[in-house]
Amino acid sequence: MSEKIFDVVVIGGGPGGYVAAIRAAQLGMKVAVVEANHLGGICLNWGCIPTKALLRSAEVFHLMNHADAYGLSCEKPSFDIKKIVERSRSVSKQLSGGIGHLLKKNKVTVFDAYGRLKGKGQVEIETKDKKKEILTAKHIILATGARARVLPGFEPDGKLVWTYREAMVPDMMPKSLLVVGSGAIGIEFASFYRTLGAEVTVVELMDRVMPVEDEEISGLARKAFEKAGMKIMTGAKVVKLEKGKDTVTCHVDVGGGKIEKITVDRVISAVGIVANIEDIGLDQTKVKTDKGRIVTGAYSETDEVGVYAIGDVAGAPWLAHKASHEGIVCVEKLAGLKNVHPLNKGQIPGCTYAHPQVASVGLTEAKAKEAGYEIKVGRFPFMGNGKAIALGEPEGLVKTIFDAKTGALLGAHMIGAEVTEMIQGLVLGMTLETTEAELMHTVFPHPTLSEMMHESVLSAYGKAIHF
Amino acid sequence: MPVNILMPALSPTMTDGTLSKWLKQEGDDVKAGDVIAEIETDKATMEVEAVDEGKLGKILVAAGTSNVAVNAPIAVLLEEGEDISSIGSAPTSNPIQSTVAQTLPSPSPATPTHSVEPSMVTGSNKPQSGGGRIFSSPLARRLAEQKGVDLKSIQGSGPYGRIVKADIEDAKVGAVSSVPNSVVSSSGPDAKQLADMLGMEYIEFPNNNIKKVTARRLTEAKQVVPHFYLSVDCVLDNLLKARSEINAVADGAFKLSVNDFIIKANAMSLKAYPSANTSWTDDAVIQYKHADISIAVATPNGLITPIIKAAETKSLHEISNEMKDLAKRAKDGKLKPIEFQGGSFSISNLGMFGVKNFQAIVNPPQSCIMAVGAGEERVVVENGQMVIRTVMTVTLSTDHRSVDGAVGAEYLQHFKRFIENPVLMLA
Repeated sequence: MSEKIFDVVVIGGGPGGYVAAIRAAQLGMKVAVVEANHLGGICLNWGCIPTKALLRSAEVFHLMNHADAYGLSCEKPSFDIKKIVERSRSVSKQLSGGIGHLLKKNKVTVFDAYGRLKGKGQVEIETKDKKKEILTAKHIILATGARARVLPGFEPDGKLVWTYREAMVPDMMPKSLLVVGSGAIGIEFASFYRTLGAEVTVVELMDRVMPVEDEEISGLARKAFEKAGMKIMTGAKVVKLEKGKDTVTCHVDVGGGKIEKITVDRVISAVGIVANIEDIGLDQTKVKTDKGRIVTGAYSETDEVGVYAIGDVAGAPWLAHKASHEGIVCVEKLAGLKNVHPLNKGQIPGCTYAHPQVASVGLTEAKAKEAGYEIKVGRFPFMGNGKAIALGEPEGLVKTIFDAKTGALLGAHMIGAEVTEMIQGLVLGMTLETTEAELMHTVFPHPTLSEMMHESVLSAYGKAIHF
Repeated sequence: MPVNILMPALSPTMTDGTLSKWLKQEGDDVKAGDVIAEIETDKATMEVEAVDEGKLGKILVAAGTSNVAVNAPIAVLLEEGEDISSIGSAPTSNPIQSTVAQTLPSPSPATPTHSVEPSMVTGSNKPQSGGGRIFSSPLARRLAEQKGVDLKSIQGSGPYGRIVKADIEDAKVGAVSSVPNSVVSSSGPDAKQLADMLGMEYIEFPNNNIKKVTARRLTEAKQVVPHFYLSVDCVLDNLLKARSEINAVADGAFKLSVNDFIIKANAMSLKAYPSANTSWTDDAVIQYKHADISIAVATPNGLITPIIKAAETKSLHEISNEMKDLAKRAKDGKLKPIEFQGGSFSISNLGMFGVKNFQAIVNPPQSCIMAVGAGEERVVVENGQMVIRTVMTVTLSTDHRSVDGAVGAEYLQHFKRFIENPVLMLA
C-alpha cells in the first residue's frame, strides 16, 4: 500500500490545484491530485478558456460585420452557434489533455475521483463507481473551487434560466436575453450574445456596471455597451421570473417600487459564486469557515495543521491566477523554502474580455482617496494613440493613479482593445515597486498600444506628449 | 581661453564635499601651486591648489556650500589678457578635468602614489566606503530618502536581499523605538523630535562630515564585528627609566613619550607575531606585511586616526617626531587622505586623562585596537613581597573572526614582554 502515501495530496485539479501539485513535484515531493471532473477545473473547462474561445468567435464576427471600415467586403456574414460552441469545447479539451500530460511528466499521480478529508492526514477518495480508498498525506491542499451562486426563486433550470455553464453551450441562439449581474462573467456573456445579434438587457443591483472597477472606467464601459445596443439597468433588481413555454418574463424593480416587465428567450444568472466547502470533510477538522469560504493565513494554512486551502475555496478574488499563485506560495512555504512571500492581494490584476475589454490592478481612484492618499491621476485616451487608430479601435482609456508623495503606482485601470494583454506591464511595475520616474524612463516600442501606458504615466505628472 | 576649476576628488571614496573656504578672491592673481580654496571631505580639510597661472575670474560655488559633486566647476580661471566678459566661452564640458586631476595635491586617486605605498591596500577601504551596489526597489529608495533612513543600515527582505518598501517601513518603526538605548543615533533627528516633544532645552551642534562618517563607521563596526576583549597589566618601571635616560641624552632634539614606546612595542609585537596584523574578508584573512599603526587623535572636528606606516622599520625617535607632526596636522585638519586611510592596527590612548581601563571599538577592516590606560603606581606582589610599581592596563579589542582568543592572548604576551623590557626592542 506504499503507493497510497504521499507528501502532498491536492483535492481539486483546477488552476490552483494542478499548479500547486506540479510545483510540489518540482520540489521533490510525492504528490497526488484528486479531481472529480476535469483536470484544469472550471477555468479551463467551463470558465476562462472556453469563454475566450466564444468571445474570439464573436470578435471575428464583429470584424466581418465591419469589414467595409477596413476596405474589405464580406457579404452577409453569418454564424453557426453549434460550430462556435464546438470550437470552444475543443479548445478546452485540448488544454485539459495538456494538463494531464504536464502532471504525468512531473510524476504527479492523478485520481479520477471525488476527495474529502477523512481524519488526520487522510483523504478518502470515491470513484464514479463508488469505490472508496484512503490516501495518506503529510500535507493536504484543498483546492475545490467554487460554483455559481443561486438565488432562491432564480434556480437555473438548464432550459430557460441559465448559469455560465448552460450559457457556454447553448443549444440555440436566443433572440433576446436578460443577464442578471454585471460582473466579469455576466458582462462577457452579455457582450458575446449581443455581438452575435441578441437583444441583451443587463440588470445590475449596484448603481453602475462592473462595480469593482474604477468608476470612470465603469462609466465608459456602460457607454460602450449601450452604444453596442445593450440595455443596461443599474440600481435595479430582478424580483420575479415568470416562465412561459419558451420565454421568461422578468419583473425588474427599477427603484421606487416601480416594476418593469421584460420578456426574453433566456435568462443568465451571474450573481457571483460560492465556494465549494460542502462534503469535503471539513466537519471532522479544525478548519474554520467564514461567510462560506475557508479561513486561511498568509500562506494558505488553515486552523488544522497540515491542511491548506487555496483559490476560490479560500475566498476572493475569484481568479485563476490568484489560485495558481497561492498554490505555489503555499507549496514553497510548506516545503520550507526560504524567502517565500505571501501573495499581495492588492496587486492582482483583473480582466474582463468583453468588447471593449477592461483590465485593472490596484486601487481605484475612489479607493485610493478613501485610503487617505493624495493622488496624481494620469489619463490617456486611445484616440491619441497611433496604433489604436490603425487598428480601428479609437475608443478607450488608460488611467494610472500615483501616490503624490512617494510616486508609488497605486492602481491602473484600462478599457479598450487588448488592454487585458497590456495590464501586466504595470502589474510588473507595481510588483517591482517602481515609481513614476522608472516608468517614465522606460522605452516603450512604437507603434504599440502599450505607449498609452507610458503616456498615461506622463500625463499624471503633466508631461503627456500626444494629448 | 578661460578654464574651469573643478571640484577635485581627494580620496577614492569621495563623491562630494564641502567647499569650506576661498583663500583667493575674484580678481586675484593666481600662480600654479597657490592654495586657492579649502575643501572638507568626509575625513579632513584639504587644500586645493591652482593648476595654472592666471586670474581668478569668477567663483561659481560660494564658500560654505556643502555636497558639491566631484568634477563640478567651482571657479573660472582667466588666462592673461582675458577678462570677465570672456567667461561665457568656458564650456562646462571643458576637457580640463584631466588637467586638474594631474595637478591636484598628491592624494588624488588619479595619481600613482598609491602604487608606491604598499601599505595602502586599496581594497582594505572597501567596507567603509560602502562602494558596493545596494539592491533596493525604486520605491524603497525614495521612501528611504524621504524618511532619512540609510539604506546601508537595512537588511533587505526581497529576492537576493533586495530592500523593498516594507523594509523601509519597518526600519522607520525600529529607528524610533531604539532611540532611548542608541548612543550613536543620539544626535539624530529622533532625539531632537523627542526633546522637542518633551520640551527639553538643548543646543544644536551640526555634524560635520568627520563626525557623520565616524558615527556611521562605529555603528557598523559594533554591529558587524564580533568583538571580544583581553586585558593585561604591564609594569612600566623599566620603560620609564629608559625613557628618561634617552630623553636626557637627546637633550631637546626629541622627546619620547610613553605613547611612542607603546607604538614601538606594538610595531615590534606585530612583526614578531603577524597573526594579529590581519583583516577579515569573506574569502580569506589578509595578513599585512607592515605594521601600519593608526593612532586615534581627538580633534576639534572629531576623531581621526593618522598612521605611522611601517612602524616596525622606524626608530623610537622617528616614531616620536612623526607622531608629533601627524597629531598637530590632524588637529589642524590638514591631513592628507593617505595619511589616515588604511592602517593595519590601532591604538587609542586615554591614559593622559587618568582612565584606568577601557574597551575600544575595532576600526574595520582592522582586527585589533589597543585601548591604553594610565600608568599609575600600584602595589604589586613580587616574590611574595608587596612592592610599588608603575603599572598600566591595556585592553585589546579584537575581531573574533580573524583574531581569536588564543591569538589575542599570545599577542599581548609579546606586547607585555616588549613594553616591560624595552631593551628587547633593540634585539
